[in-house]
Amino acid sequence: MDRSVYIHIPFCHEICHYCDFAKIYYNRELADAYLENLRKEMGLYIGNQTISPRTVYLGGGTPTSLNENQLEFLLKTINEFINVEQVEEFTIEANPGEFEEGHVKIMKDFGINRVSLGVQVLDDEFLKLLNRNHTVGDVQKTVEMLQHYDLNNISMDFIYALPDQSIDHFKKTLDMALAFDLPHYSAYALQIEPRTVFHMRHQQGKLNKPPEEDEAEMLLMLMEMMEGAGKRHYEISNYAVKGFESQHNLTYWNNEEYYAFGAGAHGYLNQERYVNLRPVNHYNEALEKDQKPILHRDVITLKEKLEEEMFLGLRRASGVTDHEFIHKYGVSLFQLYEKEIQDLQHKGWLEREDDRVYLTKNGLMFGNDVFASFLLDEDTYKKSLNN
Amino acid sequence: MAEQQNVRNFSIIAHIDHGKSTLADRILEKTKALTEREMKEQFLDAMDLERERGITIKLNAVQLKYEANDGEDYLFHLIDTPGHVDFTYEVSRSLAACEGALLVVDAAQGIEAQTLANVYLALDNDLEIIPVINKIDLPSADVDRVKQEIEDVIGIDADDAILASAKDGVGIDEILERIVTDIPAPTGDPKEPTKALIFDSLYDPYRGVIAYICVKEGSIKVGDEIKMMQTGKTFEVSELGVFTPKPISKDELRVGDVGFLTASIKNVGDSRVGDTITLANNPADEPLPGYKRLNPMVYCGLFPVDADNYNDLREALERLELNDSSLQYEPETSQALGFGFRCGFLGLLHMEIIQERIEREFNIDLITTAPSVIYEVELTDGETINIENPSLMPESKNIKEVREPFVKATVMVPNDFVGPVMEICQKKRGQYIDMQYLDENRVNIVYEIPLSEIVYDFFDQLKSQTKGYASFDYELSGYKPSNLVKMDILLNGETVDALSFIVHRDFAYHRGKHIAEKLKKIIPRQQFEVPVQAAIGNKVVARTTIKAMRKNVLSKCYGGDISRKRKLLEKQKEGKKRMKMVGKVEIPQEAFMSVLEMDEDS
Repeated sequence: MDRSVYIHIPFCHEICHYCDFAKIYYNRELADAYLENLRKEMGLYIGNQTISPRTVYLGGGTPTSLNENQLEFLLKTINEFINVEQVEEFTIEANPGEFEEGHVKIMKDFGINRVSLGVQVLDDEFLKLLNRNHTVGDVQKTVEMLQHYDLNNISMDFIYALPDQSIDHFKKTLDMALAFDLPHYSAYALQIEPRTVFHMRHQQGKLNKPPEEDEAEMLLMLMEMMEGAGKRHYEISNYAVKGFESQHNLTYWNNEEYYAFGAGAHGYLNQERYVNLRPVNHYNEALEKDQKPILHRDVITLKEKLEEEMFLGLRRASGVTDHEFIHKYGVSLFQLYEKEIQDLQHKGWLEREDDRVYLTKNGLMFGNDVFASFLLDEDTYKKSLNN
Repeated sequence: MAEQQNVRNFSIIAHIDHGKSTLADRILEKTKALTEREMKEQFLDAMDLERERGITIKLNAVQLKYEANDGEDYLFHLIDTPGHVDFTYEVSRSLAACEGALLVVDAAQGIEAQTLANVYLALDNDLEIIPVINKIDLPSADVDRVKQEIEDVIGIDADDAILASAKDGVGIDEILERIVTDIPAPTGDPKEPTKALIFDSLYDPYRGVIAYICVKEGSIKVGDEIKMMQTGKTFEVSELGVFTPKPISKDELRVGDVGFLTASIKNVGDSRVGDTITLANNPADEPLPGYKRLNPMVYCGLFPVDADNYNDLREALERLELNDSSLQYEPETSQALGFGFRCGFLGLLHMEIIQERIEREFNIDLITTAPSVIYEVELTDGETINIENPSLMPESKNIKEVREPFVKATVMVPNDFVGPVMEICQKKRGQYIDMQYLDENRVNIVYEIPLSEIVYDFFDQLKSQTKGYASFDYELSGYKPSNLVKMDILLNGETVDALSFIVHRDFAYHRGKHIAEKLKKIIPRQQFEVPVQAAIGNKVVARTTIKAMRKNVLSKCYGGDISRKRKLLEKQKEGKKRMKMVGKVEIPQEAFMSVLEMDEDS
């Protein structure tokens, strides 16, 4: 089985006020040129053969901002390099209300079997506040249309702790979301990122973020309601009916390598994490010179791998098992992190069961503190290597 | 070498911004001390910090050659002086090496309070003063008014004041001529036993102490065995020289010469600024009068953020003390901050400069506690003790009386701001003393104010209330009893010694409340609820709570951007390292200065 593939489509018809991903206003000519270059980039990595990854993920930006011809071109390109029949999970991110049946047919024809909908919140006023260009009605229509074409593996993305959002308001969104009874949901707390409209408003003191207490309550409520509806909390921000966990996202948490294509995309190949050039024109320029469009690469050292194995792995409900850790790195995590694990267990943040460690519910609330404690000091690391 | 009667030693007295550095540059240029190529703007302000802030902190001495209109060659020694009140000590040092001074006054702004203090110092030293009215090119220049002011305020004849524009090079020739004609040559007898005043020094790792000296009697040659009259230590002179401003070696320095000396002096304490150097085989009977050693007025604790840097901090302080003998320090241990030093400074600017130099030149991250003054405490058993660290204030039942230092504060301000200035002074527990009109526009307001209030936020308030027009100076006027109490700050039920401060009882409640609120904002949420209390003795006067952290987890999916997640975690870990763990509570650096800051509304 080959490494998973992430493909970034940086175009959007509207820029959301919170978004700091690589994105740019959609423009037909620019998108045409971009898709040509994307094909070129895949060729530089894959060559004349085809690869058989377990998962492919089309993210953005908004992949559904492309018109039908462009979407078809993109999927044909993917089929050229990837043996799509062998792919278990082929996801596309989609904006409700932005595409019609033509798009759905093309998705089906070229092997897409999972759709992740950027819903964010189910309240038209709030959607406007986020500068989303869809309505609650669009969400309903889009879900029905996908299900009509038998695309039933649907996920919805939500953001909570929005400006002026109450706990009760979020509950209403969750009630409505769960009424769709989809196999998969994701929910992220709003993060104010630099170079966004929200950041600017925040700086000016014009953004009324809910207090930390409310944000914590929202997360607790979210977990409870999801579990209550039979959606297992399998990763910090992901919930799914058993068997519908996002296999693609799990490659990240499993600390596996993956290809990344497209402007601003992040990949992990041959022990190196790399990030591609952004914005689109820089990306295009490199490929027009037949160069890999890489902005920056980092060789991941053994020390970093050990750390990442922990702080990524612990995001999963299943946690990290020692036999896998030993199998990968030849050292026991209980030996390497003896003191940290004891300390975290003492705090009630980490549970140990046989050779497996995983976050407690309380530990999940303070995930960053848990994760940060698995960053090794140079000295500790050197000492443990000598043993 | 020029004869003694052809030597002139002088300095320049000016307020910040009145153009002293530019004038010094023009003089250097005119006397060809620097070639065009070497001519950097504002040569004398050599420290980065000085250039950035546009102020002179350290003195400099430069030797210049000048051919006067009478056809003779003269040797000038220009000794630079700092302009700020905190550096009065250094001014007195450089003035002691001079026979005259140029008083530079801005043609538009007139005399400022700080200039006044230095002029009086010069007059006390019997220096010949040549008034220079600078910046006459400004459209707002008012030469007649400034002349009148010089006569009224300082009481010297301003009829023949030199009109100059250092920027345009106007008046420089006249200044040079007047230095020759007005300033007397140094007195002193070349045949008398040698006496040379050390007016500054710095440390060079290869040559040891470099002493800046002014030869008042006799002479010194390379190879001479010299004796420090204060310590009695003897050394062999290895190098003599002058600054032109480049250092130029000389075989001999004679009466009137101002230059430098090295003698393999390894121990900083062996060459004290203010000491007199004489020759070991023909010593002088009496040393030159030293300087009035100024005592620090403001104290604060300096602690390294990283405890491992304690020794580096001590070394840094030793180095700085060498040419800044007004800096005092002694080891201090704080329960909260560990090992550090309690340091005494001449004033707030002095404190700030030292902190900045330690951080920049020695690369040590510091935690600074809020500055405090020295309190005199009379105990019930009759003993009187000095308290420079608020946390050491005895229990109130053992105190008979607490006295605090007062200063005579002089504020010069345009008419329109008299009201606001008086209001600030009253609010700062000031006692009105006097008010004089300097002319129809400007007023000199004099108050007696507790120094602790000046240390607090007086200057900031003055600046903001007068749109920056006020100039301000102060001198210690003595100790008076005040109704003062020690306020402790408790975090999570434990007193944090480094946060204790002393406050007037009438303001205690208000300030305690304010600081508790401030700390609540600055200290990040912890895993548990942290009560913040301000207390006088056992009585809690203000209380607030830092709520427990409820959630700290990054849920956002960064589309596979693991490096970013890593960076965030590393930043969190690093941030924790920079905090001080006090008891169970992690406190960021800035909390320790919060005691000092008041918001607008307070």
